[in-house]
Amino acid sequence: MDLIQLENLTKVYQTGDIPVQALKMINLEIQKKSFVSFIGPSGSGKSTLLNLIGCLDKPTEGKVLINNVDVGMFDRTESAAFRGKTIGFVFQNFNLIPVLTVYENVEYPLLMLDHLPSKERNDRVSRLLEKVGMTDQKKKYPNQISGGQKQRVAVARALVTNPQIVLADEPTANLDHATAFKVINIMHEMTNEFGTTFIFSTHDPKIVGEAEVIYTLEDGAIISSEIKKVDTK
Amino acid sequence: MKNLIMIAFRNLFRNKRRTILTSSLITFGVVLVIVFGGLAISFKSQMVGTLTNTAMGDLQIHRKGYVESIDNLPLSLTLSGTELANIEKTLNNIFEISAYSPRIKFGAMISNYAQTSNIRMSAVYPKMENRTVTEFVKRIKGNITDPDQFIKPGEILVPENLMKGLSLKIGDEIVLVATNKDGSVNAVTLHVAAMTENIFGPSGKDGYMHIDDAQSLLRENEPEIVEIAIHLKQYDQLNKVYAQLKKSVSATKAQIEVHTWEQLSPFASIARIVDLLILVVKFILISIVLVSILNIMTMSVYERISEIGTIAAIGTPPRRILSLFLIEGFAMGLLSTLAGILIGLGTLWIMNITKIDFTFGTMNVSLAPSIPAGEVIIVAVIVMVVSLFAGFQPAYKASKMEPVDALGHN
Repeated sequence: MDLIQLENLTKVYQTGDIPVQALKMINLEIQKKSFVSFIGPSGSGKSTLLNLIGCLDKPTEGKVLINNVDVGMFDRTESAAFRGKTIGFVFQNFNLIPVLTVYENVEYPLLMLDHLPSKERNDRVSRLLEKVGMTDQKKKYPNQISGGQKQRVAVARALVTNPQIVLADEPTANLDHATAFKVINIMHEMTNEFGTTFIFSTHDPKIVGEAEVIYTLEDGAIISSEIKKVDTK
Repeated sequence: MKNLIMIAFRNLFRNKRRTILTSSLITFGVVLVIVFGGLAISFKSQMVGTLTNTAMGDLQIHRKGYVESIDNLPLSLTLSGTELANIEKTLNNIFEISAYSPRIKFGAMISNYAQTSNIRMSAVYPKMENRTVTEFVKRIKGNITDPDQFIKPGEILVPENLMKGLSLKIGDEIVLVATNKDGSVNAVTLHVAAMTENIFGPSGKDGYMHIDDAQSLLRENEPEIVEIAIHLKQYDQLNKVYAQLKKSVSATKAQIEVHTWEQLSPFASIARIVDLLILVVKFILISIVLVSILNIMTMSVYERISEIGTIAAIGTPPRRILSLFLIEGFAMGLLSTLAGILIGLGTLWIMNITKIDFTFGTMNVSLAPSIPAGEVIIVAVIVMVVSLFAGFQPAYKASKMEPVDALGHN
């Protein structure tokens, strides 16, 4: 069964009086537990597409269906609640909260979920920190760790709510190659272990090779797709 | 909520220097209100206490129309025997009243046989007067052995400037001449028992005599009381007792008026100015808090737009973002208030130890400033409420940000 369905998805931005079409009639389906990459040059619409799938923005036309629910119909509060439960985010600039420790950053999304006992919170956070190899650094603040470590923390934060989808917009753009591969491998492992659907955008051809499904965008349209392997078990 | 508070407090100390500077400003405002309030309230209460406890009493009762013509000291506007009996019955039934003193007040001429001057006389029952204006005997310069008998029949207390003007000494004989309400002139010979000091300096012309002598001088069969001064157990019961007395008086439909000291004394204007100054200082505090919190929270929101986008993206509902920033503003107000209260009360405590002495009129005032707990609570509540109010606009702006726009902000 498809987890995400995009139907005639169109997004037009208004720059002054000039309309800019960022996405043109995108139609695609993404299955559960897949490891998907959107590639394309800057301005091709990758980030816009991820924003729409992540309920951060609303389409001008068309629908984003997640679990057959049209997420474009949500109001701001419903969107926030949906994102908190269903979607995790990994950002290019890591976007960790500077006043919180590594542990607290990973715990933060759980605090937004109501009625989660502290023991369960602690178990989930500790397990993920261990998975991403950041247990030793858990008391440090973001300004005390490296870029690669920050992105591992961000991956842990994205996964802590057991989301069905993790969206990562250029997650390796600010990392060196070795670290970028480590982060992508962690994401891949997490997909296999937690059954999460990982969707990331990149323009790094070496990183793209790690994805199982690759969509290429150009001028707001998908110009090609490549399916290497999809494990839907 | 606990976590929001934790995050809010940590956010506050991201930019320590800015937070400390802003907090110091609010703290200074709180200290200003507490110290100025403490000094002003103490000064006012000491002045009011002196005024009411040495001359006026807390409340006064007169026949209707008397206060309008009080400068003429009319003897035609007196309380009848029945009215006096009814009033005394009412006063005795009010628990908050500790004492009252009936007075006959009239204008007279005082002569030492060589010179003559005018004088305003208060004829009193000394025991009742002493219980009503409890500090009055401190203004008497002379040999008073029993405060309840500070004036005896055949004696007069002469104010300081008349003593000097008429070259009188204690024990001298004077003649007091007065016209009664029927226009009949009479005179009585009295001996100077002591000198009275006016609280606002040597300008008064108020003399005291026993009510029995006044009755004889004015040829009254029964003492015709002009004024009843009332002393309360607790000054803060003033408005309550005033309302109660007014109600009782209006119920009897008697032509009687009740006034508080504030309605009779020009010092009430000074007291009101003191209150106004305290209010002005509070407004200054409100302005300081409003501008400081609004400024720091607005800066905080603009600096953290991308972070607001992040927390919104990872599922923080708009109302929690609103709460987070509101708590930050509130926490700053709270910390500054606590610091201000501690420093302010500490300053008052030091002032209490060192004492502030000065002279007002002939009064030696020794201020031991203190501030009522209620005032401190009001100051704290003002800062808290204004902090919330000032923080609301930036917090609302943060909560209304679209995550996609906020995330794209650099």
